[in-house]
Amino acid sequence: MLALDRVGKTYPNGVHALERFSADIRPGEIVAIIGGSGCGKSTLLRAIAGLDRASAGTVTLDEEAITSPHAKIGIIFQEPRLLPWLSVADNIGFGLSDLPANVRGGKVLRALARVGLSDKAKAWPRELSGGQAQRVAIARALVPQPEVLLLDEPFSALDAFTRRDLQDHLLDLWNDTRPTLILVTHDVDEAVVLADRVLVMRPRPGRLFEEIKINLARPRDRNSPHFDNFKRRVLTALDRSLDRNVPDADPKSTTGEAMWW
Amino acid sequence: MAMTVELPALEQTDARTDAMMPPASSARLARYARPALGLLLPVGLALVWEVVVWLGFSNGRLVPPPTRIFATIMEMTKSGELSRHVMATLMRVGTGFGLGVVAGTLLGAISGYWDLARRLLDPTVQALRAIPSLAWVPLFILWLGIFETSKVALIAAGVFFPVYLGVMGAILSVDRKIVEVGRTFRLSGPAMIRRILLPAVLPAYVVALRVGLGLGWMFVVAAELMGASEGLGYLLLDGQQLGKPAQILAAIVIFAILGKATDWLIEVATAPLLRWQDAFGRQGGGS
Repeated sequence: MLALDRVGKTYPNGVHALERFSADIRPGEIVAIIGGSGCGKSTLLRAIAGLDRASAGTVTLDEEAITSPHAKIGIIFQEPRLLPWLSVADNIGFGLSDLPANVRGGKVLRALARVGLSDKAKAWPRELSGGQAQRVAIARALVPQPEVLLLDEPFSALDAFTRRDLQDHLLDLWNDTRPTLILVTHDVDEAVVLADRVLVMRPRPGRLFEEIKINLARPRDRNSPHFDNFKRRVLTALDRSLDRNVPDADPKSTTGEAMWW
Repeated sequence: MAMTVELPALEQTDARTDAMMPPASSARLARYARPALGLLLPVGLALVWEVVVWLGFSNGRLVPPPTRIFATIMEMTKSGELSRHVMATLMRVGTGFGLGVVAGTLLGAISGYWDLARRLLDPTVQALRAIPSLAWVPLFILWLGIFETSKVALIAAGVFFPVYLGVMGAILSVDRKIVEVGRTFRLSGPAMIRRILLPAVLPAYVVALRVGLGLGWMFVVAAELMGASEGLGYLLLDGQQLGKPAQILAAIVIFAILGKATDWLIEVATAPLLRWQDAFGRQGGGS
């Protein structure tokens, strides 16, 4: 289990980016973190990844404090960040350098097939489209089989068509080993289609505002009235999070059960 | 399982090469036509001058026509004189270039990688760089004597600065986002250098080497003009003092050939390492 306990971050220049953020995230759960700009959602993700240290509170994975990048935690950034001097196959195998070459080769080959890029194994990253490059990045992060996969607005640079395609693809891949997914996004549609739980944050300083459980069976129909209903609830929460007069909700009391269930 | 994965890939590449056949031949034509275009002007001028001298409009004494320069080169080759001078110059450039590259790479890498070293070292190096390198000549001669050592030192000094600057600048400009990828995969310090930093700085390093080599050729002339008994620079000076313009031009032509050839060697040697680059000059490489 991933436990965030009163995580806070103040940058050296005095910016108060994140304050007392607490959440417990079960193994295999998909959590979307959503909020306006400057609400500290990327700061939070970087603290979980161990890339930046939180200035207050703790991040623990299975009782182990996370202070630096961890083998069980993978991350996918907004940009694919592929290494341009490595072929697509070598990029995917980048995190497997401890394994013997034949084992690594087999894993890479399976991953390539799994993301539908078997014919691009020897291509350079520059020869890929944006969607293909991001699929390689997903494969690279998933190949070492992390227990937790962090995604920092992974599809925001893609066109709407590719984005939908990759969202479905991500769920499909998630189903293989069911890692915990923590997804930072500003796309309400994306949050509702992917997540078991949506955490709405409010800015200055960033903190948890509301928690909405999405009790919809997968695969989710983006056009169903239930889907619309959840989208509206997230949107309302987002609107209210920007209103300074509304107090922070206590996340423990918000169950957000579906009324039509 | 693996077979089913690979088969469609193979079929696809086959289909692609088939489809590529007609444009490939026209691309080959373009590949030969483009350098030929660059040769048009110098070859044309040389031909015009040859004809002008042949027709007797000029005696070609101060500006010898190409055939006379060529004859001088052949003559010196036959007597073995040319290879002696070329070897002397190549040895000086080679040694000086090697020393300059080693020193520039080491110090550049240290200043690029280590903040404290940069603050300590860089201002001094930059101040030294501001001095025209030829100003060192008298001092080098006093310190190191008139023979090989002072010449090699001058060349090494000329090569050092562009290599130092290139390496340091390249390391400083490595994309933080790419370094972060290395961090998320928990690379150790040496692994980070080997797997992220080295490949990332390689393109800039190759450019620095080529600039350094160009300066090496420049400084070997200066070094040999200040007093030498052999070398291409000596041929220049000798040609001036004895009034043999054909010899001077022959030396210049050989300088040009050697400079271009050594530059080309660096380019060819590093090309396989830089195939991944997505550069403006590399057309037709993408999809």
